[in-house]
Amino acid sequence: MGRIVLEKVTKSFGDVEVIPPLDLTIEDGEFAVFVGPSGCGKSTLLRLIAGLEDVTSGEIDIDGQDATEVPPAKRGLAMVFQSYALYPHMSVRKNIAFPLRMAKLDQAEQNRRVEQAAAVLNLTDYLDRRPGQLSGGQRQRVAIGRAIVREPAAFLFDEPLSNLDAALRVGMRLEISELHERLKTTMIYVTHDQVEAMTMADKIVVLRAGNIEQVGSPLELYRSPRNLFVAGFIGSPKMNFIEGGEAGTHGAHAIGVRPEHIAVSESDGPWSGVVGVSEHLGSDTFFHVHETGLAETITVRADGEVGFRHGDRIHMTPRADAIHKFDADGLRIA
Amino acid sequence: MATQHSRSAARMMMAPAVILLLGWMLVPLTMTLYFSFKKYLPLRGDSLAGGLDWVGFDNYTRFVTSSSFWPSVQATLIIVGGVLVVTVVLGVLLAILLDQPMWGQGVVRILVIAPFFVMPTVSGLVWKNMFMDPVNGLFAHLWKFFGAAPLEWLSQASMQSIILIVSWQWLPFATLILLTAIQSLDSEQLEAAEMDGAPPLARFGFIILPHLSRAITIVILIQTIFLLSIFAEIFVTTAGAFGTKTLTYLIFQRVLESQNVGLGSAGGVYAIILANIVAIFLMRIVGKNLDA
Amino acid sequence: MARAVTSQRKTINTVIAWGVGLLIFFPILWTILTSFKTEAQAINDPPLFLFFDWTLENYSVVQERSDYMRFLWNSVIIAGGSTILGTIIAVPAAWSMAFVPSKRTKDILLWMLSTKMLPAVGVLYPIYLLFIQLGLLDTRIGLVIVLMLINLPIIVWMLYTYFKEIPGEILEAARMDGAGLRDEILYVLTPMAVPGIASTILLNLILAWNEAFWTLNLTAANAGPLTAFIASYSSPEGLFFAKLSAASTMAIAPILILGWFSQKQLVRGLTFGAVK
Repeated sequence: MGRIVLEKVTKSFGDVEVIPPLDLTIEDGEFAVFVGPSGCGKSTLLRLIAGLEDVTSGEIDIDGQDATEVPPAKRGLAMVFQSYALYPHMSVRKNIAFPLRMAKLDQAEQNRRVEQAAAVLNLTDYLDRRPGQLSGGQRQRVAIGRAIVREPAAFLFDEPLSNLDAALRVGMRLEISELHERLKTTMIYVTHDQVEAMTMADKIVVLRAGNIEQVGSPLELYRSPRNLFVAGFIGSPKMNFIEGGEAGTHGAHAIGVRPEHIAVSESDGPWSGVVGVSEHLGSDTFFHVHETGLAETITVRADGEVGFRHGDRIHMTPRADAIHKFDADGLRIA
Repeated sequence: MATQHSRSAARMMMAPAVILLLGWMLVPLTMTLYFSFKKYLPLRGDSLAGGLDWVGFDNYTRFVTSSSFWPSVQATLIIVGGVLVVTVVLGVLLAILLDQPMWGQGVVRILVIAPFFVMPTVSGLVWKNMFMDPVNGLFAHLWKFFGAAPLEWLSQASMQSIILIVSWQWLPFATLILLTAIQSLDSEQLEAAEMDGAPPLARFGFIILPHLSRAITIVILIQTIFLLSIFAEIFVTTAGAFGTKTLTYLIFQRVLESQNVGLGSAGGVYAIILANIVAIFLMRIVGKNLDA
Repeated sequence: MARAVTSQRKTINTVIAWGVGLLIFFPILWTILTSFKTEAQAINDPPLFLFFDWTLENYSVVQERSDYMRFLWNSVIIAGGSTILGTIIAVPAAWSMAFVPSKRTKDILLWMLSTKMLPAVGVLYPIYLLFIQLGLLDTRIGLVIVLMLINLPIIVWMLYTYFKEIPGEILEAARMDGAGLRDEILYVLTPMAVPGIASTILLNLILAWNEAFWTLNLTAANAGPLTAFIASYSSPEGLFFAKLSAASTMAIAPILILGWFSQKQLVRGLTFGAVK
């Protein structure tokens, strides 16, 4: 069980308040992702939950118990660190067994669980190596192995994939998602990569400067971002923002349209502009359109076969039901 | 997470080291300062128990105006400067050489470093007798082989001899540090310079040397601290004769050989001030490194 | 990426480097060779390199004549004792500075370093006087204390830089894995700190073994270590090159071997962590 509730939690380092009062509930079995630009307080928030930092005020409950004053070792949580934090002087087997040894499990049980975790993570052949002899992806697996053997109430991941190359990152992303499907344990995952957040999360928590900007499922955030920040942060390529007269016709201070919600055509459409760079991904093509009179650049997604060239004048039609409207404060107009 | 509890525990853990060093620094320093203002000649009956005469800055002026003072400063500067030039120049060259691909790199490295582990009295005596002896030394044989008259090294070329011995001892230190620094140079930087059309000499001047500048500064500062107080090498070779009496050696003679404690202590205070001038620069560099 | 080097260039490098290396090592090599000659062969004209009657005679003469074993034993006690004592005092200090740093930690470290830069000759007489008063002159315990004090800053510094390198995340991982403070120190910190402590001890053994200001000035017949033993050869009597060589070889051999193990640590230790 791992329901985690934060109530009016704050954190200050000296005079600097990095987390203003914050309330958040993560349900048992949920995969929650904290996402935001660097310095937004997401890692600090995770470390508060882990108990590696003391809260300045407020309360953290784990499974209905007040855990605010409980030391990290006793919270029943497992953590995977960005640097993996493997013990360099221990073999992979000893690394994975370490939490079990600390919990004073008997040797047979320790071995059984280590073997089991190693089998799940494809580490069986590497059990007697030292971390220094492993590749980045293997080290990552050992760190995960060390987390799963103790069957924690919740897993905490602190940007675990940021030290891996792109291909490995996609693979490990899938493995962690599968692990969650199988274990059904609460997971809290910190990342600055909105793609990781969108693909893995049940619930995304978007943070900026210690404030929660929005909490919701990936699709909720995608469909109805609560403000300009979330709208711009979630989705790739970024949403196009248009201010001024065009926004005024929609009764808003600013409007936003995602590249995938704009249709392009040689001759028809209310908007027009000149094609600058086009990025061909095969399945899709992204056109960066200039001289639209709306914004400096409008990005549109078209089918991979559409063949406009640099300098062509094209026309664009935004999908009427996919225009996001924002007021002067940047908040969504329903 | 530093709690109040762990802070006071930390203070307790630091206390022995801090107290010992504080005592080691303050007690003798205070005594030296005290003696430097006193007339203190133990061999002529002066004693702490009998009370010492206050002589003001007499010792300080007498130390500076004595006929051996300026020669000793000169000897110190020549030895320290000579050794620094030799070790840094040869150290850079050796470091670059050792950084090249070759067979048996590890063994060569060991051969080059070895002199550093030789105790100063041994290197002083080995050089003095087996190399610089005017009759049986290897240099004498070498000179005779080329038809030259053997040199009385330690009297005719005393400064050069001392510089040679001390440089031999400190060259490994300079080489090792500069080698470590060279190895930390990103080889892509050199390749980029090569692509930019820089010939080897320009690569050395514009890339390698600036990269080494910090290490060279550290070598110079640390060696200066140690070289200012070289003692054993002079003690076993010339015993301060033939113009090799450094400031350190002069003070040693004043204090222990002629037992003029007041005068020697004044000299000691000069030496401390001199060392501290160098030390301030070194500490700046080390201190900056602490923040990084 | 390192590029392929032609074997011709590599050969040239090798020849030059070995030549230079052997030239620098030559005085040591020559000392070792001479130690196996008879006194007459040692001053033979022309000098003999390898073709002489190898003999161990000098080693036995040196040992019998000058009570070599007592000097050696003094060196071992003084270098070993001061290093161990220094380490015992330095480990907790460096530990707390690395793991519970405060605003003053940096100042304390730099101040410790500054005591190392105090020129020995400046405090020679006070120490000499204190040693007489306390009955420490020409005793091993006296030298153990002095050498411990002069090397303490280096020991603290080296340990500090090693402890600093233990990443905080690993300690946090141990905490998350359920380790209490005792387990954390026992199973994670200590094993990771041992290599650093070992290198520190090694380097300080070398420094203490070779220290030749205080050992020459504060000892006489009783507590003199090998530095003083060798210095007694500075006033020669008759033929003595071979015996000097034998004595020198014995004095430097143990430390040469230790030194080869500690090359890497040497840089860090002697630059106070400024170069790694």
